[in-house]
Amino acid sequence: MRTIFDLLLTFMKIGFFTFGGGYAMLSVIEDNCVEKKKWITHDDMMNVTVIAESTPGPIAINCATFIGYRQAGILGSIAATVGIVLPSFAVILIISGFLDNFLEMEVVKSAFRGIKCAVGILIVSAAVTMIKKMKKKPFPIAVMVLSALAMLVTDLFSLGFSAITIIVFAALLGLSVFAVKRIRERRA
Amino acid sequence: MIYIDLFLGFLKVGCFAFGGAYAAIPLIRDVVLSYGWVTDETLTYMIAVSEMTPGPIMVNLATYVGRSQSGFLGAFIATFAVVFPAFLIMLLCMFVFSALMKNRCFNSVINTSKPCVIGLILAVGIFMTAEAFFDLKVDGGFDPKALFITVLLAASAFLPPVFGKKKISPIALIVVSAFLGIVVYSV
Repeated sequence: MRTIFDLLLTFMKIGFFTFGGGYAMLSVIEDNCVEKKKWITHDDMMNVTVIAESTPGPIAINCATFIGYRQAGILGSIAATVGIVLPSFAVILIISGFLDNFLEMEVVKSAFRGIKCAVGILIVSAAVTMIKKMKKKPFPIAVMVLSALAMLVTDLFSLGFSAITIIVFAALLGLSVFAVKRIRERRA
Repeated sequence: MIYIDLFLGFLKVGCFAFGGAYAAIPLIRDVVLSYGWVTDETLTYMIAVSEMTPGPIMVNLATYVGRSQSGFLGAFIATFAVVFPAFLIMLLCMFVFSALMKNRCFNSVINTSKPCVIGLILAVGIFMTAEAFFDLKVDGGFDPKALFITVLLAASAFLPPVFGKKKISPIALIVVSAFLGIVVYSV
């Protein structure tokens, strides 16, 4: 029971004090759960990051679920996950209540017109960081460029095509590459 | 019914958002706009607010959109729906992780999905950057003040790493952009 409570509190703390989303959270989780609490090893942490990157959903949730489960089974994973979600849930709930009136103020409107310019740049900058980490081979780069173009065209012409459709196409492409390789290997 | 729509919409986001918060933004945009819950403009504010508040951006956005549609219960349902797939899939992964990472079929799907997601993020980023100063969908209305701010921000975001300096943090960039907005639009 004590472990469960400790998990809940630790992840609430992590959830409350990390700004800027998942990637920013990873370092804080590592600091708390590997260095201080020694709940998991550094190697484990790297493994979680890999799974987190290749499974859907917020990366911080993946980490919390993994560490919680390692410490105290299903109940532990629930405690850690609830812990990391609770602070952001509460903060947004409180903020969004008065934000509507807040947005009517002239100064705030100007500030948000500035912020609007920043959000796109932040997303581009996140993409650039990911491209730097990507394998520099022709095939993945081609997939990346084609997906980007497909999305841009969809956005520009407001086609009824969704991001999910494009991802499913890419996954199917991966599957068929795998199938072709398998057939070739069988023949050889 | 709005609760079921919120649940299904954000469940979809939770199931398909590979690769972190920015990867989720194209999906959230899709879902939110197709249901007509908020406008593109409001969503941009919401993303900015989610950036400035603690916690995973995806969770913040789900709570925010859910709350704007139907109060506390809406916020709760949207947040639960966006978190649940990650939680469940992670639990399943714990049992089969090592076998899965060695599975070649799984790997080849991941190998094409990852660059695809990066491409989507890039496209949405470019589109939203351009949209800040150029009304792409309606009549091509142009806002030179916003272009000025965008150029300044882009310089401070992308130039430091070129010269080997540390990247400016997202929070710092948002604070600077708010300040620039107040200065430029009040003059």
